[in-house]
Amino acid sequence: MIDELLRYLAYPFVRYALAAGVLIALSAALLGVPLVLRRLSFIGDGLSHVAFGAMAVAGVLNFAGNLTVSLLLTIACSIVLALTGRASQTKGDAALAMLSVGAMAAGYMLMNLFPTSSNVSGDVCTTLFGSTTILTLTSGELWSCVALSVAVIVFQALTYHRSFEFAFDEDFARASGGGVTAFNLLSAGVVAVVIVVSMRLVGTLLVSALLVFPAVSALRVCRSYLAVTLCAAVLAVVGVLAGMLAAIVAGTPVGATVVMVNLAVFAVCYAIGKLRG
Amino acid sequence: MRVKLIDCQGLRMGYAAATDIPCPDFSVAPEDFLCVVGPNGSGKSTLIKTLAGLMPPRMGTLTVAEGLHGGGIGYLPQRSPLQDDFPATVREVVRTGCQSLRGLRPFYTRAEKNLAERALVRFGLKDLARRPYRALSGGQRQRVLLARALCVPRRLLLLDEPTTGLDQTAVAAFYAGLRSLRETGLAIVMATHELAAARPLASHVLRLGEHAAFSRVEALP
Repeated sequence: MIDELLRYLAYPFVRYALAAGVLIALSAALLGVPLVLRRLSFIGDGLSHVAFGAMAVAGVLNFAGNLTVSLLLTIACSIVLALTGRASQTKGDAALAMLSVGAMAAGYMLMNLFPTSSNVSGDVCTTLFGSTTILTLTSGELWSCVALSVAVIVFQALTYHRSFEFAFDEDFARASGGGVTAFNLLSAGVVAVVIVVSMRLVGTLLVSALLVFPAVSALRVCRSYLAVTLCAAVLAVVGVLAGMLAAIVAGTPVGATVVMVNLAVFAVCYAIGKLRG
Repeated sequence: MRVKLIDCQGLRMGYAAATDIPCPDFSVAPEDFLCVVGPNGSGKSTLIKTLAGLMPPRMGTLTVAEGLHGGGIGYLPQRSPLQDDFPATVREVVRTGCQSLRGLRPFYTRAEKNLAERALVRFGLKDLARRPYRALSGGQRQRVLLARALCVPRRLLLLDEPTTGLDQTAVAAFYAGLRSLRETGLAIVMATHELAAARPLASHVLRLGEHAAFSRVEALP
């Protein structure tokens, strides 16, 4: 098995794909910590459905920059959601449900009406659950994923204190000045970027796993915000590496394998948390 | 003529047209201790939030001393259920009190960290600094939030029902702490549903809801 693994790792594109996977998972996990703590995990889930619709639109338009179109559409939706969510907190939940279902339906409709290849159901399946092998990513896609993930990680590092203050006590942050609304909108944009980028790795339906699992696992075992952040980052990297390598060796779908590994990591963290009491 | 930190004339407040809460005219000067009382839903929290600058007044004028909204106010919001399982140490929480100084800078300076350390000492939290906030008792948590609100020098402290859920001993300790703060010249506005316990500390009382009125505490029956 080790031999087989080494044989795969000898290919540069496998190593690049692994590196991209690590960066994507890292950026998603860092963003996931404040998202989970603010009870906003469902926003990530809703937005991933929006991203499916956006992807379909981009496919139909058949732009060269497929990623750019879905990125812009998803960012726009995310910002609209952040704006309306504040105005009407109770309606926000239903609005998100409608938007995500609507985007899914519209996306599937578009993909059927304007098929870009002869295998529509295959395309849909890939969009929903990620590519069966990471090796189908083109190098252009790979590099844009890397660049966006790095940008998100830098953003997270620079706004580490802001995210903490905002998640811990939004009213206090607001009373202390410091552009809470601007930060809110900026974060909404970043969430959209993470989702569109992660979609390439694990597919639309599994994106929330990358956002939520490392944070939730870390919350089980850590007691300070700094520790939770660092632990989530480490768990995300371990999870994605183990998942991708297992997928390569066993020939299983990448997205599903990564999510299953994350689930296993969560189970371990849950048990440790319970044992410590 | 007393110097005023806050002066409200003909103030009406609320989130939307559905809520429109009238507020008697009142003012707050340094060293004042104003208790805001009234039944649930009479607008105590709304007033505190309006004073903190979290929502604009619907009508009337709210005059605030210069520089007060730029970090001159310490604020202790109502207890949030989100914080019951939030992973953060006491030190991390107290340090967030310096965020008005930090502004858009991404990280805290050594001087700001020192302010937080001194607040930990001043409020007797040094030994708890590494403890998780969520594991503390109600009284200890309020002490942490007070240290956070006051780790930067302030002129006005806004408290929103700070003693809710505390036992008798913790309430007494909290009020003793407020008494010594007031001696430093800090003005305090506190929303509370129990005037009796806070009355010995208060200088003024603002009643909302029915029989809304603003008066000196001595003038009350």
